[in-house]
Amino acid sequence: MECISETQAAQDEVVDIGVALRESNIQDVLGELDGELIGLVPVKLRIRQIASLLLVERLREQMALCADPPSLHMCFTGRPGTGKTTVAMRMAKILHRLGYVRRGHLVVATRDDLVGQYVGHTAPKTKEILQKATGGVLFIDEAYYLYRAENERDYGQEAIEILLQFMENRRDDLVVILAGYKERMDSFFQSNPGMHSRIAHHIDFPDYSLDELIEIAELMARQQMYGFDEDSRAAFKEYLQLRIKQPLFANARSVRNAIDRIKLRQAVRLVEQGGRIAKQELARIDALDIRQSRVFQGGLDGAEVHSPAKALQV
Amino acid sequence: MRITQGTFSFLPDLTDQQIVSQIDYCITNGWSIGIEHTDDPHPRNSYWEMWDLPMFEVRDPAAILVEIKACRKALPNHYIKVNANNPLRGRETVALSFIVNRPQREPGFRLDRQEVGGRAIQYTIHSYAADKPEGERYDGERTDSGNGRG
Repeated sequence: MECISETQAAQDEVVDIGVALRESNIQDVLGELDGELIGLVPVKLRIRQIASLLLVERLREQMALCADPPSLHMCFTGRPGTGKTTVAMRMAKILHRLGYVRRGHLVVATRDDLVGQYVGHTAPKTKEILQKATGGVLFIDEAYYLYRAENERDYGQEAIEILLQFMENRRDDLVVILAGYKERMDSFFQSNPGMHSRIAHHIDFPDYSLDELIEIAELMARQQMYGFDEDSRAAFKEYLQLRIKQPLFANARSVRNAIDRIKLRQAVRLVEQGGRIAKQELARIDALDIRQSRVFQGGLDGAEVHSPAKALQV
Repeated sequence: MRITQGTFSFLPDLTDQQIVSQIDYCITNGWSIGIEHTDDPHPRNSYWEMWDLPMFEVRDPAAILVEIKACRKALPNHYIKVNANNPLRGRETVALSFIVNRPQREPGFRLDRQEVGGRAIQYTIHSYAADKPEGERYDGERTDSGNGRG
């Protein structure tokens, strides 16, 4: 009602969205998001939408257009290694730039950090984490572990209740982001409708495509001053094609682990080779470094035993 | 008689906003905050009781103000102070300490003179409030205060 009863003079005021955008510096963060994170198109779109909404809310508030403080709690769903934590960190930055959280730090917590071992242990534990996260973003990974349907005396329920109270009463102080697998998150919300209704933004993180994973690998290698050549790029593509089909594939995280192992094999190869080598050889990943992986023989990577004795001999 | 202990005690009582600014300064310096309370106003009483544990790794003063308010609510007529501990090697001590709550009425102290050998006199100060048992020393005090967290 109050919104409508604005006088005409006040309604003629103007705001410059461009200036507000520049002052908030969120463009940098959104740019970083686009540049450093490969793929995730729907996620980036949603983040942009949320950022725009928050910016407009700020302007509306300045113009005294009645604005309830927006609910900022979010839920990120997706399989492991799809970038949920990374995006949460960026989200904290965006919220900080727009002035919705005062400090903009990210506190990552799991069930172990929130739920106690015995009666009376949960509340102080949960409170301590909430205290640490005040002024920033609390990221609860695999949030569905908080609720154990099979055990009604589980202390997780207590943690959830404290969390809910905080999410409702101290919205200015803290933003909560829940994360986990989509299906399990859905059943968690079904048993905790209070939680579901307090979360405004649900963002689903899709799996990466093969091309995106290769791009991620190139980026990771580049960041560590390594580089693929023609052969090794092809080998890595073959490797990924096989690896994706295997169980426990964790998207970008598996790529990072693969690169770590490739670095190991490259080091072993160079040491065995001995002699004088050029600088670019130190940075180059050879196809051989990739093809030695057990994935090519149908095994799981990480368990290979490639000539460990030789590496030690040197 | 107004007790003057710690920093800012000769100034009027700090408002919550001023308290938040001071805590913000402490946090920026990496000092961790602890809240303590007592109802024994004697200046030599250096052992105040802790309100919960010191708050390490807290990044925002709002979280600490919530605790101060909770402590005030539970113990409205106690002295409550905020201690900021500097954990740096070589310091490892309280860097800033100030009172954030005091009883409504502070009856003050009387001076006792004790004549000892050779007509010498020993002086001691005695708090009127301390005549009553702990927890009942100030008006309107709850008797079940104990050490906080009921």
